[in-house]
Amino acid sequence: MDFGLSPEQRMFQESLGRHLAEASPLEVVRQARQPSFDPNRLVPGLAALGVAGLLVPEAHGGLGLGVLDAALAAEMLGRAAAPAPFVAAFVMAPLALALAGSPEQQAALLPKIAEGRLRVGAAFAEQVAARADAGVEVVQGRLSGRALFVLDFAADAYLVASRDGGLWWVEAGASGLERIPFSTIDTTRRVGELRLAATPAEPLPGASPAVLRRIIDAGRVVLAGDTLGAAQHMLEAAVDYAKTREQFGRPIGSFQAVKHMCAEMAASLEPCRAFLWYAAHAQDALPEEAALQAAHLKAHVAEVGTRLAKTATEVHGGMGFTDLLGLHHWFKRIAWNRQMLGSPEQCRREAARLRGLAA
Amino acid sequence: MDLSLSPRHQAFREEVRRFLAEHGHKAPRGHRGDHVAWQKLLIEHGYAARFIPREYGGYGAPPDILEARIIAEEFGRAQVSPGLQGQGVSMLVPTLLEVGTEEQKRRFIPPTLTGEMIWCQGYSEPQAGSDLASLRTSAVLDGDHWVVNGQKIWTSTAREADWMFALVRTEPEAPKHEGISFLLIDMRTPGIEVRPLVDMTMEANFNEVFFTDVRVPKENIVGRRGEGWRIANLVLRHERGSLADPNAMMARLLALIDLMKAERVDGRRAIDDPVLLDRLMRIEGRVQALRANDLRLLSAKVNPDHGDPRVGLAGLLVKLETTELRHELEGLAVDAMGEFGILYDRSPELRAGGTWVRSWMYYLGLIIGGGTSQIQKNIIAERGLGLPREPRTARP
Ligand SMILES: Cc1cc2nc3c(=O)[nH]c(=O)nc-3n(C[C@H](O)[C@H](O)[C@H](O)COP(=O)(O)OP(=O)(O)OC[C@H]3O[C@@H](n4cnc5c(N)ncnc54)[C@H](O)[C@@H]3O)c2cc1C
Repeated sequence: MDFGLSPEQRMFQESLGRHLAEASPLEVVRQARQPSFDPNRLVPGLAALGVAGLLVPEAHGGLGLGVLDAALAAEMLGRAAAPAPFVAAFVMAPLALALAGSPEQQAALLPKIAEGRLRVGAAFAEQVAARADAGVEVVQGRLSGRALFVLDFAADAYLVASRDGGLWWVEAGASGLERIPFSTIDTTRRVGELRLAATPAEPLPGASPAVLRRIIDAGRVVLAGDTLGAAQHMLEAAVDYAKTREQFGRPIGSFQAVKHMCAEMAASLEPCRAFLWYAAHAQDALPEEAALQAAHLKAHVAEVGTRLAKTATEVHGGMGFTDLLGLHHWFKRIAWNRQMLGSPEQCRREAARLRGLAA
Repeated sequence: MDLSLSPRHQAFREEVRRFLAEHGHKAPRGHRGDHVAWQKLLIEHGYAARFIPREYGGYGAPPDILEARIIAEEFGRAQVSPGLQGQGVSMLVPTLLEVGTEEQKRRFIPPTLTGEMIWCQGYSEPQAGSDLASLRTSAVLDGDHWVVNGQKIWTSTAREADWMFALVRTEPEAPKHEGISFLLIDMRTPGIEVRPLVDMTMEANFNEVFFTDVRVPKENIVGRRGEGWRIANLVLRHERGSLADPNAMMARLLALIDLMKAERVDGRRAIDDPVLLDRLMRIEGRVQALRANDLRLLSAKVNPDHGDPRVGLAGLLVKLETTELRHELEGLAVDAMGEFGILYDRSPELRAGGTWVRSWMYYLGLIIGGGTSQIQKNIIAERGLGLPREPRTARP
């Protein structure tokens, strides 16, 4: 029995953290909002560390690791608020190809993903919570319709889930494909809409409801990991600020109101770490619990993260509200993660269904 | 990451299950049944006092944290009493094992383990609650006896107790944390008066205890004079760990789900109310988080070279988070029942004997007892996060 990270996993987190401290300091986080910023700028560095190939099987040039390792990487990316693709490009896409791709698709695509040369977006929002006029239909082997909130939008190709539960590979330059980028409060990650009009697409032959479920669940766990890291950053920033900022001749952290805000943040966040490990491990090794754990984790970490992001901002006073300090990037990262791939309410509804408590 | 158990531990789990299948029906339920006989049976089979040496009345197995966990899990799953959990077993015995004399261990541990010697904890005083170290009850050496004068308050089970482990001031001149000693007091000694205090559940679960020239044999001190504060902190560590078992919380959550399936308003089951269901799932998510946290703490104990730098923080938050969550969980049951939720005492139409609303109130008591939530937050902030300590006021 050993419920914890291996020395290799801890070293991997540390080296990724060091890399991001250099490659993605606050100036880079800020630059991500500029139109000239290349959203894939950090990808070569991440690929060199193995982050792009974490979930790519070794036979295809990756590391062949699990969702737990992906969640640990996400934690570090969230901690740095790194403006880089991850959840779709390096988690959902390789997982989809590994689970449902044909041998030819795997051989052609997975090595390029691991090398960071092929960036893939993921269109799954309609599988989680479909909006009235969105959804993708298959007509004679071509795709038509709208896919909203496509993750890691600045991509070379997209994995699109169709209404009938199919999975499709769509090249960014395919005919009849229109790409409409969205602006969200979080400028560190790209989302948008795909409009498809009889767009040619290649099916992944192994697609099934169970495969879609696993891909979405892995995405949820990874977004929770991102929130954990972002919230940890905000907590540490607040605690440091509380130790150094003085008012009334004392550090504000000696005022109990502030001290208790910090304690509440820490007490609610720290269990999220073990929860993340457990739920991520469930994706890799406990199939009967995997979906329920992913739903509960996504909801719980979103609630804790949202509250923490507010409190940590308050500890900084007016400075917390400024662009100058930049803390808001982490606040927004947490808010973004909360809504993607299932809001807390949505995830809890699903958890209730998985528990057999609701239809 | 490896959640599997060794073949030896798997076999042990089977052994516990066989015991429960064979003997589980003999277990006492609530206040009914023979607790001492059950406790003795458990010790004989090694499911209580498992790691306590045989010479002190235990089962004498080599310490094994996973075995302890397996026992707790299986008894919880079978909803069978895991034996005595009182302050004697959970707090005094570990203390005596750590710092007691050989004589004290042989005299006090065996009857405590069987439930034939019941203990109460005499720490809090009217003027010394959160600021426990300012306690005033005094003990003055007079020949072969300590003479104790003063008052304790909030003393749970003082009326049932045969003995009290108490903190008393023996060195009035010393700084406040260094003047305290740890004393074992026979509750039948002349000069002790116990007055029940009714708590908000309307039961008298705790008491005031008055001491007037109570003579306690000199050898009943545990540790040395002035060491009481350090010793008490050893015990408090045990208490904070024992107040909140996430496996017990999970069992309670399952009972809440059953309740919400049974309770109907306007023909609709409580569980089919989307707002109540969302609250239930929210609580379930929090229970899952604390179970994972508990697994992390367990694993760190089993693997001393775990390399998990934040595990200390993960331990400090347990009392705060579990008591608060448990209070909310019980409160959701009251809400799910609506007006029926607040029926009490022997009212007609009472659900489940009124246990949900009683437990909801009881857990408010546990939020306060054993170090309030505010004190827990001070501890987390100061020890866990390194924030500046509270300014200390002048010594008494
Ligand atoms: C159900 C129950 C059982 C108990 N059983 C026992 C027992 O068996 N034996 C025993 O010895 N004691 C027992 N106690 C006593 C318990 O340990 C104390 O009640 C507790 O430590 C609080 O002390 P107090 O009641 O004096 O409250 P106070 O210390 O007066 O606290 C009042 C309020 O002030 C706050 N406060 C105090 N100091 C600070 C601070 N520094 N920072 C922020 N807030 C602060 C508290 O959080 C609380 O909200 C029991 C209590 C309860 C409720």
